[in-house]
Amino acid sequence: MSFFETIANIDRRVIFLFIGFAVIIPVLLSFSCTEEASPIVQAIFDKIESLPEGSKVLMSFDYGPSTVPEIQPMIDALLRHCCEKNLRIYMMALWGTGHNLISESMVDIIEHEFPHKVYGVDYVNLGYKAGNQGLINVILTDMKKMYTTDAVGTEIDAVPMMVDIRNLKSFDVILSLGGGFPGVKEWVLFGGDPGNVPVAGGATAVSAPLLYPYYPRQLLGLLGGIKGAAEYESALIKGYPKFKTHSHPGIDMMGPQTVAHIVIVIFIVIGNITFFVARRKEGDERGERGILK
Amino acid sequence: MRKDLVWLFVGVLFFGLLYILNWGVKVISTDLLVWVGAFLTLAILSFLYQDNPFYKFAEHLFVGVSAAYWMCMGFWNTLVPNLIAKIHPPIVKGVLPAIAEKPPEYWYIIPAILGIMLLMRLSPKAPWISRWALAFIVGTTTGLNLVRYLRSDFVGQIKSTLIPVIVLQDGSLTIGGSFSNIVVVLGVLCGLIYFFFSKEHKGMFGVASRVGIYILMITFGASFGYTVMARISLLVGRMRFLLGDWLQFVQ
Repeated sequence: MSFFETIANIDRRVIFLFIGFAVIIPVLLSFSCTEEASPIVQAIFDKIESLPEGSKVLMSFDYGPSTVPEIQPMIDALLRHCCEKNLRIYMMALWGTGHNLISESMVDIIEHEFPHKVYGVDYVNLGYKAGNQGLINVILTDMKKMYTTDAVGTEIDAVPMMVDIRNLKSFDVILSLGGGFPGVKEWVLFGGDPGNVPVAGGATAVSAPLLYPYYPRQLLGLLGGIKGAAEYESALIKGYPKFKTHSHPGIDMMGPQTVAHIVIVIFIVIGNITFFVARRKEGDERGERGILK
Repeated sequence: MRKDLVWLFVGVLFFGLLYILNWGVKVISTDLLVWVGAFLTLAILSFLYQDNPFYKFAEHLFVGVSAAYWMCMGFWNTLVPNLIAKIHPPIVKGVLPAIAEKPPEYWYIIPAILGIMLLMRLSPKAPWISRWALAFIVGTTTGLNLVRYLRSDFVGQIKSTLIPVIVLQDGSLTIGGSFSNIVVVLGVLCGLIYFFFSKEHKGMFGVASRVGIYILMITFGASFGYTVMARISLLVGRMRFLLGDWLQFVQ
């Protein structure tokens, strides 16, 4: 059996093993790459940077545990940036799984790194509400129709930062972080466009290509997958060097990501060469047997 | 069987080697939940080799836990605040004291009836009743989506395509911006021509159609690249958990 025949019949598990090593070794060696924010990411950073102190930011946690490795670094970086700028953060979820992830982010980032922030004054957890795009449609005109209490059961008017909130137009920017339906697209269609409120998003890499057409007219900016998260982290470190000592999983994950991509590219090249060699060989054999092409 | 043992040996050898290299440097996690997470991660990853009882166990556990989670979320986050608390507020005094004093809103009985009608699908005698409630859902969702999609996805996207192909900045031509806009405009036009089947794809029309298919291929390639990135991100996330949180090899 020739080299190319061996490659063509290679066990798929060997490929898995290569990908596994391509990820494990850079993780062990803490190999990472330098990132530079692209315009689509920089636009979100600049928007948050331009907001005056006390501006209202609505963050929607539209994801679940299955996409945490991609979305959580975005959330962490955005929360740090908003807290540093002293913006008021309103957290809600269109996904049931987002409910618990809000609590985790609140503890890990806001309470741990910004202990002086006061719940109800600087940030609030509105929790999960069912209704998908229908929910966005309702809060576009009346926020308190759907949110009569916050996530812990406090009456909504008793939460100081909710007093002057009427509807989606009360917010300075909407940030939707998600990986499917409902997510960034629904926020653009049912919130941003009809309400004329700037919407920015962070999406899993799978759904990011479908969202690029909305940029820049309907979508302020987009963090596409872990690359987008890494770019935002690098912009944050560049703007606020003190965050260099904080965790930056997005940048850390780009090392293994790069190596794994190189391995996949090599496999694609080998696969194509094998395919063409096999086709040529087949053509030669047919020619020898006198079969017309 | 011999092949299976070889693969098992490779796996054990790899993690064993990592553990030996780390010997005496750091301590493996003592958190029970981390161990449960590590076991379930490895059980799911074992499917890459072949189907096995560990994978089946993890898969069934996931399905069961998910179903229970969504049932609880549905009850406490939807049924209780959006229905029970609206029809009879005092009943939720223990869990939602803030809204227990509010006056009842009896018109919420209508969605409650529609909900019960949906459940009639389970009845062998009158499953047709569920169609009425379903028709209501389909009708309202269609009406809601139609307007928004037409405005943002159709009109909005046409507006986004109507851009100048010659971009001027401070009175001078911007080559990058102009090229980018030309690609957007030509890409959309050629893509649309490819899907226009009322005219034979010949001559200039055929050329544009061929450019359209190339544009589509590039789009599919970019989507595939993004999908690979997403999947690798999940793998990196799991490996960081196994090698960091569990085995403590990395911080």
